[in-house]
Amino acid sequence: MTTATTGATGAAARPDTPRVVGRTRDRHHRGAWRWVILALCIVFAIGMIAPFLLMVMNAFKSPASYSSGGPLQLPTELYTEGLVKFWNATNFPVKLWNSIWTSALAALFGVLLSLLTAFAIGVGRIRGRMWIVLVFLLANMLPQEVLLYPLYTMAQQVGLNNSGWAIVIIFAVIQCAFGTYLLASVLGTFPKALLEAAALDGATTWRILWQVVYPIVRPTLSVLLIFFFIWTWNEFFIPLVMLTTPDSQTVPIALASLQGDRMLDVPTLNAGALLSLLPTLVFFLIFQRTLTRGVTAGAVK
Amino acid sequence: MSNAAPSIIDPTAAPAPSRGRAPTPGRRPSTRVYWLYLLPGGIALTVVIIVPFAMNLWYSLHKWKGGLAPMRWIGFDNYVDLMSDDAFWRSFQNSLWMIVAMVIVPTLIGIVLAAVLFDVVGKNIGTRTASFLRAVYYLPQILPIAVAGIVWNWIFNAETGALNEILRSLGVTDPPNWLGVPGLALPAVMIVLVWIQIGYPTVIFMSALQRVDPELYEAAEIDGAGWYRRFRAITIPQIRPETFVITLTCTIAALKVFAPIYVLTRGGPEGSTLVPSYYTFLNFFDKSKIGYGAAVATVLTFVIIVVAVVIQSLQARAERREEEGR
Repeated sequence: MTTATTGATGAAARPDTPRVVGRTRDRHHRGAWRWVILALCIVFAIGMIAPFLLMVMNAFKSPASYSSGGPLQLPTELYTEGLVKFWNATNFPVKLWNSIWTSALAALFGVLLSLLTAFAIGVGRIRGRMWIVLVFLLANMLPQEVLLYPLYTMAQQVGLNNSGWAIVIIFAVIQCAFGTYLLASVLGTFPKALLEAAALDGATTWRILWQVVYPIVRPTLSVLLIFFFIWTWNEFFIPLVMLTTPDSQTVPIALASLQGDRMLDVPTLNAGALLSLLPTLVFFLIFQRTLTRGVTAGAVK
Repeated sequence: MSNAAPSIIDPTAAPAPSRGRAPTPGRRPSTRVYWLYLLPGGIALTVVIIVPFAMNLWYSLHKWKGGLAPMRWIGFDNYVDLMSDDAFWRSFQNSLWMIVAMVIVPTLIGIVLAAVLFDVVGKNIGTRTASFLRAVYYLPQILPIAVAGIVWNWIFNAETGALNEILRSLGVTDPPNWLGVPGLALPAVMIVLVWIQIGYPTVIFMSALQRVDPELYEAAEIDGAGWYRRFRAITIPQIRPETFVITLTCTIAALKVFAPIYVLTRGGPEGSTLVPSYYTFLNFFDKSKIGYGAAVATVLTFVIIVVAVVIQSLQARAERREEEGR
């Protein structure tokens, strides 16, 4: 787009000397254009965070000033009633704690299961591993709806309905289906020499796993851990069905269950949304670099 | 190509040059002991995914109101009924719109954004600015979808919504009820989905661009190829593996989409935003038609697997063609 014209002149020109000319013209054009492009990128970025901005602006506004001034007016006072109302209506600390412990345990168990299974597939190279990976992959693609009702009845039978433990177990396994697939391909490329050296030293497979393999794949495991945590935190469908009483619900469910409430005014809604996304946002900011690296690792190994 | 995406079917296959060699029994202990490591994951997968999947199939062959109500075997009647169920067909038709909103549009925007951020912003202004902008674009991806949905629901709300408040202040006397009118609800939902999805292809394409050998671009630049021609002739083919991965994962996600529909429209108005997963949910918990809902879920699973296989084989074919071409 920007350098198309210079490219055309470059093509018409002779290859030796005019290259320099082309370059300088190129740079000249870029000098003018790059700020325009940057401005466009920034405008787009503002568009992307506009919903967040609207949310923050209207979380601290009283209902009266919202209806008189509209959503775009900057808040003139610091109205915290909405925040307080949401906090009390949902009993927020309970929801927060539910989200934290279920997500953390599901992530931890998910990574552990993935590591063990991937170790058998990638390092152990057990027979029929292709089929095993295929099963894990298919498990990964299943829509949750297909598991929902049976899991719901099973949880009732073992007394785990309306319990965070159901969430921990279900998501540890669902995440493990993805983790196994990813880790198996990582461990499939594990340096043979290291494994053979360890085997010659008479190390058991258990020691190979924890003293040879684990230290090397730890960065990948931590990316998986962070991902599994966020994914479980953000899960909606299964927790919505499984967690039926307020004292067991997680943050996203609490917010969604308030939605139908007629009492809910705009500031309370925005304060609630703000409060609900803060934990993920903090998490994102802390692990931003690991995460963006991780997205990439997950996409193309 | 060493940097191509591994075959999804067997990720361990691609990078193992020793695969052709027969296992050497003397040098390594028997692989049998490794089966023990498969046990926990295998049992967990069986209990939480395989058995429920089979139970769901079983349910789908019954008429059942759920709970303690009697189950009545009706064979494939549920599936036969689906074929003449308008809501079922509408839900899959809407899935196509979900694919437009979650795969096609975000991928196209993502390619352009990634190229601009990498080529122009990253190289001429600074990689810091580029990664900051990338993080901003990625932000909607890490939000709990419920939160995103609630905020958008308020923005689109007819009476107190931000959008209509703004429109009214601009002098529009009767702004539309975005989520309440059949013709508008689907486009509104699609806008939200595009907004959520954009960050994902952008991030992946940006890292893909880092992988591309800069010498290719320099050579093309010396040969006089402009930005657009370099983009078409080098960038697009080079990032093909990522494009396939994005297409595959996002298409599956689009077919499965539930939470945005639940918090934005609940499938309405008049079923105009109904999707298969929400239709399953409706049958399970609203209409108490467990068998029927299970049948919808089974069909959805089948469709997802077929789509995944098709995309995979397209990718395999594209890779083969590329290898033959070189």
